[in-house]
Amino acid sequence: MLMRAGFTDEDRVIVHSPESKHPLIGEYEKGARKRAPGLGVPWTRQNFHFIQTSRVFRLVVCSFRRYLLLTEATLCHNMSTCILRAPVSKGFSLQFATTFAKKTSCYGVQRLGSTAAPQPQVCIVGGGPAGFYTAQHLLRSHKGVQVDVFEKLPVPFGLVRFGVAPDHPEVKNVINTFTQTARQDRCGFYGNVTVGSDVTVEELKQAYHAVILSYGAEGSRSLGIPGEELSGVHSAKDFVGWYNGVPGNKDLKPDLSAETAVILGQGNVALDVARILLSPLELLKKTDITAGSLEAIADSRVRRVLIVGRRGPLQVACTIKELREMINLPGTQPALDPRDFQGLREAVQDVPRPRKRLTELLMKAALEKAAGKEAEREWSLRFLRSPTHILPSPDRSRAAGIRLAVTRLEGSGEHARAVLTGEVEEVECGLIVSSIGYQSLPIDPAVPFDLRQAIIPNRMGRVQQAPGLYCSGWVKRGPAGVIATTMNDSFDTARSVLEDMESGQLDTSTPRAGACALHTLLKQRGVTPVSFAGWEKIDAVETARGREVGKPREKLVDVRDMLKVASL
Amino acid sequence: MARCVVRLQSLLCEPVLQQPYLLGSAVTRHLRRPLPWVASQHRDFHTTRGDFKEAAENSKITIHFINQDGERTTTTATEGESLLDVVVNKNLDFSGFGACEGTLACSTCHLIFDKNVFNKLEPLVDEELDMLDLAYGLTDTSRLGCQVFVQKGMDGMTVQVPQKVNDIRKAAESSWKQ
Repeated sequence: MLMRAGFTDEDRVIVHSPESKHPLIGEYEKGARKRAPGLGVPWTRQNFHFIQTSRVFRLVVCSFRRYLLLTEATLCHNMSTCILRAPVSKGFSLQFATTFAKKTSCYGVQRLGSTAAPQPQVCIVGGGPAGFYTAQHLLRSHKGVQVDVFEKLPVPFGLVRFGVAPDHPEVKNVINTFTQTARQDRCGFYGNVTVGSDVTVEELKQAYHAVILSYGAEGSRSLGIPGEELSGVHSAKDFVGWYNGVPGNKDLKPDLSAETAVILGQGNVALDVARILLSPLELLKKTDITAGSLEAIADSRVRRVLIVGRRGPLQVACTIKELREMINLPGTQPALDPRDFQGLREAVQDVPRPRKRLTELLMKAALEKAAGKEAEREWSLRFLRSPTHILPSPDRSRAAGIRLAVTRLEGSGEHARAVLTGEVEEVECGLIVSSIGYQSLPIDPAVPFDLRQAIIPNRMGRVQQAPGLYCSGWVKRGPAGVIATTMNDSFDTARSVLEDMESGQLDTSTPRAGACALHTLLKQRGVTPVSFAGWEKIDAVETARGREVGKPREKLVDVRDMLKVASL
Repeated sequence: MARCVVRLQSLLCEPVLQQPYLLGSAVTRHLRRPLPWVASQHRDFHTTRGDFKEAAENSKITIHFINQDGERTTTTATEGESLLDVVVNKNLDFSGFGACEGTLACSTCHLIFDKNVFNKLEPLVDEELDMLDLAYGLTDTSRLGCQVFVQKGMDGMTVQVPQKVNDIRKAAESSWKQ
């Protein structure tokens, strides 16, 4: 939050203090070449000199060589913070102001920008792609807005860091554009702050003009079948979190000792899990997969992965790039049943090109004989199978199999429905990963939440019946889509916010405290936010550790380690 | 004395910090290079990529971009650059363009060409088509900008940056779930 930047006559500075009733600044004579009184001397009301009544008063502060004229400061009482906004003269050093502020028991100094333009304060809850793309669009389009991104973990970037597979580093290139956004003056990052418990949305609404919820989907859809709670059954979210270093998943210890693993769901996340389970170790070793999971995978005895879906080949939710990767995965071969594809060549003639190409690729993989030596590891897509029971081991301590009901399709195309036929079959396996979708959770009673759809009810990103609240990303539309989908969606929400600022629907005429208002609160609650600079220290440590072992980074997986590094 | 140093430092850092998009083409190009330590299955087919040093000496080629709002931006490009390079180097303001930095991991550099230009472009490879299939507003003359390289014959051509889809309740998107 404390930044170094040059100032012009138009710029303003907020100097704020924990004691809301006492403005800190008084008037000094311009031209008097002496050290400003008060440096090192505690401020009292006697030092102050009000030029005008109550709200507006003048301020001049002398620095060592130059004179700063802070004039027409406006006093805002806001929670426990006193905000003064005043233009500063050329040559004003923010560094100096910070030192000055500290010595006079101010809390901090924050540059605001030009006095002429309005300074809307916007808060974004969630530091993943949705949060950053929304911030990016706001900052680009509005030259005065201040955007603060709050993130539960000490590290930013959400699913780009924790969801994208380790062997897809190019997808993570978006981090570069997020970093550029975060480093801008008007963008603040506050990691290690959990909205909903460390600070409430109500408190955010008071401190900011607009609050944008982009906290994504931290839960997963449950199968709702018996045996789901047995050891050996994991949600894909947790499994992916495990190999990607989500602190909450580091002790997952999935059982990789059985030969067969079953993945429920046929989307890209399911393919990611299959690929990580079957990839040659030489390839995984060079990625940013966590050390702990790499060790476990090195000892893995999984040789066969079944990827199970309720519907048929024309309804698979994965996309062609990921499927191609699976087909070409070294050391593995697809084991697709040609009977699943009978009659499909004619059926795909008229479907849109993406679906047509995907199906043709599947058919080719099913019908071609594997050239050369048979591979040691195998994966297959099982269609028209719906899980009904997870079967326990004899001692009932863990999952040992799964019962799948056979289905048939009613209707065709994207909206075909799976209907049970009455037949069942059983598959022996030691690991079951349920990849049927992430799910958003409500985090604060002040935010309306549609429990049935598991999203925040909204129109064009404006939360329904909650003025001043917006949402973007998965929590707005549901947990579907790639980063580019979220990007466009975030831009849409940002546009809604900007429209509302323009039309007056969002009243930005009265200044709001922004992050300053929350500092005392967080301190009282024992929360230490991690700034973007703190993340960059974590980043440096991870990259350095990775270099030692030939990886792009060696992720820190413990929040305590992250906090320790960030505070160095 | 210390304060003078601090001010000097802020003077030096300030332009970069305040104008993050002007990182310079060398840096952005470096950022976009595929990471060397990952075994890739779909790289290294940039056969028409010219050497940048030589390209700089060639004549400039004029390209017109029409953005999502119908605004036209005219710029010059060097032979051998990709259209993504052009957008990045010339700082053209297209929101979210080139998110994956030219590594065929997204479809945000999607561009629409005139038919006569489209037909003269190098043929698509599977990997580009795979990503193009996911692009918004796909047309018969769509390509990914990171795979199209500027040539002399493109002088004066007009390229469209496709419309963003505002109505997110469109049925088409729901079919591509993760």
